[in-house]
Amino acid sequence: MPGLFALVIIPFLFSFIVPFLYKKFNNKIHTGWFVLIVPLVIFSSLIPYIADISSGKTVSESIAWMPSLGLNFSFYMDGLNLIFGLLISGIGTLVVVYSIYYLDKDKESLHNFYIYLLLFMGAMLGVVFSDHVFLLYVFWELTSISSFLLIAYWYQREKSRAGALKSLLITVFGGLAMLAGFILLSLAGGTYRITELIGAGGDLSGHPFFLPAMILILLGAFTKSAQFPFSIWLPDAMEAPTPISAYLHSATMVKAGIYLVARLTPVFGGSAEWFWIVSGVGLLTLLYGSVNAVRQYDLKALLAYSTVSQLGLIMSLLGIGSAALYFGYGDESVVYATAVFAAIFHLVNHSTFKGSLFMIIGIIDHETGSRDIRRLGGLMHIMPVSFTIAVIGSFSMAGLPPFNGFLSKEMFFNAVVLIRDLPAFNMDTFGVLFPVVAWIASVFTFIYSMIIVFKTFAGKYEEERFIKPPAHEAPFGMLIPPIILALFVVGIFFFPNGLGRTLLEPAWHAVLPSLAGTGELHYTIAAWHGWTTELAMTIGVVAAGIILYLTLKRWRSLYLYYPQRFTLNSIYYWLLGKMESVSYKITEKYMTGSARHYMIYIFAFFIIVMGMSLFASGGFTIDLSNDAPVNFYELVIIIAMILSALTVLFSKSRITSIIAVSAVGFFIVFLFVFFRAPDLALTQLVVETVSTVLFLLVFYHLPKLKKEITRIRFKAVNAVIAVASGLVVTLVALAANGTRLFPSISKYFEDSYELAGARNIVNAILVDFRGFDTMLEITVLTIAGLGVYALIKLRLAGRDKDENSG
Amino acid sequence: METVMSFAVGILFAIGVYLVLTKSLLRIILGTALIGHAVNLLILTMGGLKTGGAPLLGLGETKFTDSLPQALMLTAIVINFAITALFLVLAYRAYQELGTDDMEKLRGKQDE
Repeated sequence: MPGLFALVIIPFLFSFIVPFLYKKFNNKIHTGWFVLIVPLVIFSSLIPYIADISSGKTVSESIAWMPSLGLNFSFYMDGLNLIFGLLISGIGTLVVVYSIYYLDKDKESLHNFYIYLLLFMGAMLGVVFSDHVFLLYVFWELTSISSFLLIAYWYQREKSRAGALKSLLITVFGGLAMLAGFILLSLAGGTYRITELIGAGGDLSGHPFFLPAMILILLGAFTKSAQFPFSIWLPDAMEAPTPISAYLHSATMVKAGIYLVARLTPVFGGSAEWFWIVSGVGLLTLLYGSVNAVRQYDLKALLAYSTVSQLGLIMSLLGIGSAALYFGYGDESVVYATAVFAAIFHLVNHSTFKGSLFMIIGIIDHETGSRDIRRLGGLMHIMPVSFTIAVIGSFSMAGLPPFNGFLSKEMFFNAVVLIRDLPAFNMDTFGVLFPVVAWIASVFTFIYSMIIVFKTFAGKYEEERFIKPPAHEAPFGMLIPPIILALFVVGIFFFPNGLGRTLLEPAWHAVLPSLAGTGELHYTIAAWHGWTTELAMTIGVVAAGIILYLTLKRWRSLYLYYPQRFTLNSIYYWLLGKMESVSYKITEKYMTGSARHYMIYIFAFFIIVMGMSLFASGGFTIDLSNDAPVNFYELVIIIAMILSALTVLFSKSRITSIIAVSAVGFFIVFLFVFFRAPDLALTQLVVETVSTVLFLLVFYHLPKLKKEITRIRFKAVNAVIAVASGLVVTLVALAANGTRLFPSISKYFEDSYELAGARNIVNAILVDFRGFDTMLEITVLTIAGLGVYALIKLRLAGRDKDENSG
Repeated sequence: METVMSFAVGILFAIGVYLVLTKSLLRIILGTALIGHAVNLLILTMGGLKTGGAPLLGLGETKFTDSLPQALMLTAIVINFAITALFLVLAYRAYQELGTDDMEKLRGKQDE
């Protein structure tokens, strides 16, 4: 059994060799066959863990990365992330098989595709198995980036790029909010380890960071899981190749948000805010997604909205389930805890039926060239296998027996009915909304599920409407993955408890550890509960659904009444445009193109940061006791130096200014002599002489100094900045004199005769101890020399010619 | 002495900054030269002044002034010179090509 770290890293490592495989073998073998190894290996390595995990054990692993910062590759596994790991690798396997038939090996750049896919797979495994909040964050953003690359896979298409950008902007925005939330949460909990945060349980609820951390983290989860109002990126993400839509946007990435909410339920659950935000947003998304799905003509867009809606359903179940933590252990909490079980169950079911549906839509698109239900129809006899799978998938989604969706849908109804009686969180006033919203959304779910089946497969077969006639059944290999998923859809309905005992219950216990500790948390899934409210609701859904589906033509136009201006998409684009124009205006304001302004920013920053930190850190102390005595001659030289510097300031003539600056340099030579620095004095003397000559040479060519006609304000700003900068430098110098944090290291160099055979210590440092630095210094000097030479020699000949001719 | 030097450095720095903020190219170059001097003196002052003899062995001294700042400054002086030289030539060429040394007239951001 390879460790968790190995499992997470395998896809990343394998992605390195994909280009070579592609180059070497692609004209004979589809690259996908090689890539298939990765999810298969991961899936089969996860299987042996199942026995351990279902008996209540957990696996934990940590590899030191930056231990001094508390940053390690910490991974762990319990029931919850095991399910996700199995879904990621299992559906990953099927998707890779499917993609082998979907993507043509001669026309597509498969190496790119599979590298992105592997990157995504690794990142996703990293997200679910991380035990460290920052590690989780890094993998989380990696999923956003790889999803961006996958959506924009057909980057020649304008819509692909736009969809990719949209998903990136929204998910990364959420990711950043989540990072802030993680930091607050870690500060509150005093640890970065997720297991330890969970261990702290509800103890954090009194902390002032509790609510902000919760909201920020939920922003991350909601954007990733396409919850209302962040759902708009998911339909646009459907520009990706269908294997990707099946993988990322139905089974895995969008479930990352669900995972995060489930994972952190022990931390936040039990509070009214968590309950209302999670279940409220979930229900709203459920309704929004299902209502919007019905109006779509593009099958993939329809599935995208249905995914949004189903994710909302799972989210709301997690919210409802969190109420269990309000009570602590007891009979009443077990009732609500079941909702969490239903959430996990539906998560698995959704991955199976939605994955298979996406693959079928992909097949239809592949074989007919169209996904538009206005063009499609009558495919039942031509594609019988696809039709069967579509029926299984859609009916499961609609919540009909004998498919797994029925079981979890019943549990969902059960949860929304029971939650009305919750004696907390104002449920006596608002509780009735839960079943009502759930029921209406389910009716719409039923309608769009029927649209998928009957608008595509029933009706008249009109071949001339297709882009790639004649339509025919897909190759067998392409049908295998959806068939396997469809088998699960049916299999889970008949034998739900095998799955329930081995995988769902451990995951359930992982979400609610405080309740699971007592060992009483068990649930047996059953299809028949007698004539219950839930069953009545399902029958009502079917009845209303059938009526509304049959009359769809009559009321569909109602959608047109909704003003285009207020769709989420318009709001998104309006915001994006505003953001661009505002940031452009701001940039325009301060990026003036004036060197002086930029200098002012630099010096102002210097003054503020240096000055502030000097005082904020308490570093400013004046200690005059170590001062060397003031010598009269030195004082005279210093005063003379300052006077010459001031001369530059007030002089009106070029020659005076240049001579005055040179004078400053020569006075400094004296200071160096006084301060026991003979080498410096010599160097300064030479350099100053050469610079003076240079100045005088160039001065001949430079224009006369004009009397600067400037406004008072211009001068005043300059003066303030200048004086403040000087003051900060003085303060820093004084502070540096007042405090000596470390003794000088120069003692070492004083043995230069023994070490380097040199009597001149400064020289020894330059040419022996730090010889390499000096060499680089000479290099800089050479570059400057070359620059000077080139500038003098360079005549912008070409440009001059252009200007003359123009 | 260090205190006096600290103020002297501050004044030099202030004058240098003021010159850098003016419009004339020549003044800006002179300003950078002054800032260079100020920083050199700052390093020297921070290392402690006259704490011993010149850092030369074999002259009978046993206590030396800090040699490390001096080595750093030696490098700095040379680099300063390189910068000033490059700057001067740049200014000269800019004036030749563009016909002005007024920074306000030289501003532009079309090519960014």
